[in-house]
Amino acid sequence: MTEPAGTGMGTNEIYTLYVNGELCEIRDAWVGESLLFALRERLGLIGSKGACEEGECGSCSVLVDGQLVCSCLVLAASAVGQVIVTIEGVAPAGTPNDLQQAFVDAGAVQCGFCTPGLIMAAQALLDRSPEPAELEIREELSGNICRCTGYGRIIDAVQRVAVARRGAS
Amino acid sequence: MSDAATRRDLRGRLGDSIARPDGVPKVQGRFAFAGDLSADGFLWGATLRSPHPYARIVRIDVSGAWKIDGVEAVITAADVPGKPTYGLISDDQPVFAADVVRFVGEPVAAVAANHPDTCRRALAAIVVEYELLEPLIDPERAIDGSHAPIHPEGNVVRHQRIVRGDQTIEGPIVVEGTYELSMQDQAFLGLEAALALPDSGGDGIELFVATQWLHEDRKQIAACLGLRDDKVRLTLGGVGGAFGAREDISLQVHTCLLAMRTGRPVRMVYSRAESFLGHVHRHPCRIWMRHHADHEGRIRRIEARFVFDGGAYASTSSAVLINGVTHAQGPYKCENATVDGWAVRTNNLPCGAMRGFGVVQACFAHEGQMDKLAAAVDSDPVAIRLLNAIETGDRLITGQVVESVAPVARCIRETAALPLPDQPVGGHDGDPLRLPGGSGLTADAGHVRRGIGWGVAIKNLMYSETFDDYSTARVRLADGVASVKIATSEVGQGFVTIAGQIARSVLGVDDVVLEPIDTTVGSAGSTSASRQTWMSGGAVDGACRLVRERLFEIVGEANGIDPLRLAVDGADVIDTDGTLRVSVAEASSGVVIEETFEHHHRPTEGLDELGQGNCHTAFAFVAHRAVVDVDVELGLVKVVQIATAQDVGRALNPLSVVGQIEGGIAQGMGLAVMEELISVDGHVRNASFTDYLLPTFLDMPDVVISLIEEPEPMAPLGAKGVGEPPTISSTPAIVAAIRDALGRDLCRVPVRPSDICL
Repeated sequence: MTEPAGTGMGTNEIYTLYVNGELCEIRDAWVGESLLFALRERLGLIGSKGACEEGECGSCSVLVDGQLVCSCLVLAASAVGQVIVTIEGVAPAGTPNDLQQAFVDAGAVQCGFCTPGLIMAAQALLDRSPEPAELEIREELSGNICRCTGYGRIIDAVQRVAVARRGAS
Repeated sequence: MSDAATRRDLRGRLGDSIARPDGVPKVQGRFAFAGDLSADGFLWGATLRSPHPYARIVRIDVSGAWKIDGVEAVITAADVPGKPTYGLISDDQPVFAADVVRFVGEPVAAVAANHPDTCRRALAAIVVEYELLEPLIDPERAIDGSHAPIHPEGNVVRHQRIVRGDQTIEGPIVVEGTYELSMQDQAFLGLEAALALPDSGGDGIELFVATQWLHEDRKQIAACLGLRDDKVRLTLGGVGGAFGAREDISLQVHTCLLAMRTGRPVRMVYSRAESFLGHVHRHPCRIWMRHHADHEGRIRRIEARFVFDGGAYASTSSAVLINGVTHAQGPYKCENATVDGWAVRTNNLPCGAMRGFGVVQACFAHEGQMDKLAAAVDSDPVAIRLLNAIETGDRLITGQVVESVAPVARCIRETAALPLPDQPVGGHDGDPLRLPGGSGLTADAGHVRRGIGWGVAIKNLMYSETFDDYSTARVRLADGVASVKIATSEVGQGFVTIAGQIARSVLGVDDVVLEPIDTTVGSAGSTSASRQTWMSGGAVDGACRLVRERLFEIVGEANGIDPLRLAVDGADVIDTDGTLRVSVAEASSGVVIEETFEHHHRPTEGLDELGQGNCHTAFAFVAHRAVVDVDVELGLVKVVQIATAQDVGRALNPLSVVGQIEGGIAQGMGLAVMEELISVDGHVRNASFTDYLLPTFLDMPDVVISLIEEPEPMAPLGAKGVGEPPTISSTPAIVAAIRDALGRDLCRVPVRPSDICL
């Protein structure tokens, strides 16, 4: 795939994104591409999902310089020099972290399309607030829409992790 | 050989709440959904859609699109090599509109290009000249004939009456109401997506697609492409939810045509705005009902009239209509009925399957009626429903006898026994987030009133009216590993989990491999109508049993034992009349046993002119009790709690059942107070997630659940489908609770703030 030719908007500029600890060079891309598009289509990181393309559903959530953002709303070329963490950077393939495993065990996953974004959001929540109250979980995750589960098992998964981490510390 | 002391129990058998086999890849972002699939040298596909609800196409000029660098194909109706139309029941929908467009969003042309933005510009460069026609918007005008036919098949998709018993019964108690439901969108998160790979010779195609029914898709695609079925091979791409919206063709034929035209792989992924226009929706419906009852509140006769707005094309409207009218009585005894139902064509968005499939509409009406009846005879919502509750052996208004387990009264009683929320109005901690309006922080606790309401439902399972929606499974056992081959669409519901549980239970194996879900095995039927656990579950169970018989023959022969004496116990084959105990792994070492099984449900009948016939296969039941807080001044609703007892037959994976119940209730709540795809004169006004409101974490209430497990004798595993019932009566329960809080009638969903405070 190359840039959309003849648009007058394209550019052959090369820019580099710092994603999951690696420098990733992006060539021949249209500068109008979102970070979500660049991650998925330029770098092959398919874990971030597009479901609304306007920042309403949270499926594309990633961390940029530690901030939880909707990557569909970020211009890829504007994220140069920032530390980007996607779902692929959370844990190595095949070895889920405790939060990911809790989602699986608690029944928090059905179709799974919202799940990567929810993992990013829930991880950010637990980093900020290790023992969130139920209402806090609801409020903090309310930017992520799930159409399958009705949210109950997701709340359970987050609570399980909070309890287990407290026990471990 | 091992002895009895070493008997090993397997984890992950039927009844266990094991985790999904695809769970880890999904939480790690490494599960490939249809929209994630790619191929070397692929092109992007995109669709040009009608901006008008009804117009004649005067001229299409695609030359502008061809002038744009990077455009590799531009196709219109003239480029469809096979049948120009498709459809699930009636093939009345054009692949591309040729002479007339009949709804806003109808495909007119498609392009393939090197970048999504090139596609966007190519679509913008196609000139279509339209001559606007007067759209048919009001479904009543389709019935009364005052609008000329907008389609060669006419404006009425189907009309069905149900006339049963004594038509002269009147009163003594009469309650009446008119109920309206607006258009709901399935709003699955994983947008429509497909990847088409053309065969090198150009005479076949492979399609990876998110769909509910691979074989039906294949049949329709092949006809439009002018290919034999075996030249079209489908594999299920990862499916990000479905809820009915993937039962019809959307982008399948377009993607294949673009790939065959260019000889290159083509990816097509809808945008959210396009998705709202590009799939069928829940039918808007208007229902009038009148109940005649005795002084105690026993129903003597019902009268009803249903009008389903099917939109521009037929899709499954005729079946939705039948579900609606045949469920008009709800889960209540009723011997006399006069029902008239219409499914009509308009220039609104096409409607078809969504979770609940016509019964959502019927239930909203009959439950509103039950509350009116309770008030009319000075009863209460629980007592009136218990008084009329259907039982096994009762006859429906179609004349069909309910042979299914029918624990309606038990569902109601067990729901009533579930605890009410302990938090007072506005929440025990005084947190304003718990008030109606949530994080808007707008409600004043002093204006908040609490209400409690009820909804109870009956839902048919599987397909109806003579349709033989069988499912096929092929199971192979080799060296202690079972491989299961099915074409059952996994859309998130978890059949992949259940399939493994069945194989472990029947065959005593640890390892179950689920092979790719594709069209190289027989049809599984659709993942819809709450049918896959029953149908594909029956197919996998049947195939596993055939394999087990052959294993017993092998073990019996090797040990000189009658195979009829052998059984699977845990992970072993044992002699039930002796001491032999050999592990399944050892017994199947070096052999390959493969069997295929088709599960068919019992035959059903069509309905006659008076709506009589055994048209449904089986039924499930559910009760919901809703507690809401309503800010009467601002018209805001907070659903505080839903309690539910559901007739599940047997919970094969209780965690998975809970997931279906909670998720279904979320969608029922959405229809009750949030979700409406708004059209004005055929133009959709809110085709985005900003404007189409979906339940979030903050909207979703606590759900308390009681599973009613009375195994269904007709079901191969005793389990009833569980997907649809949670969505059906949760909606009327919530609306009843709002009525209770307000002390006045509401007859339309979703309930809007203006319905409450104005």
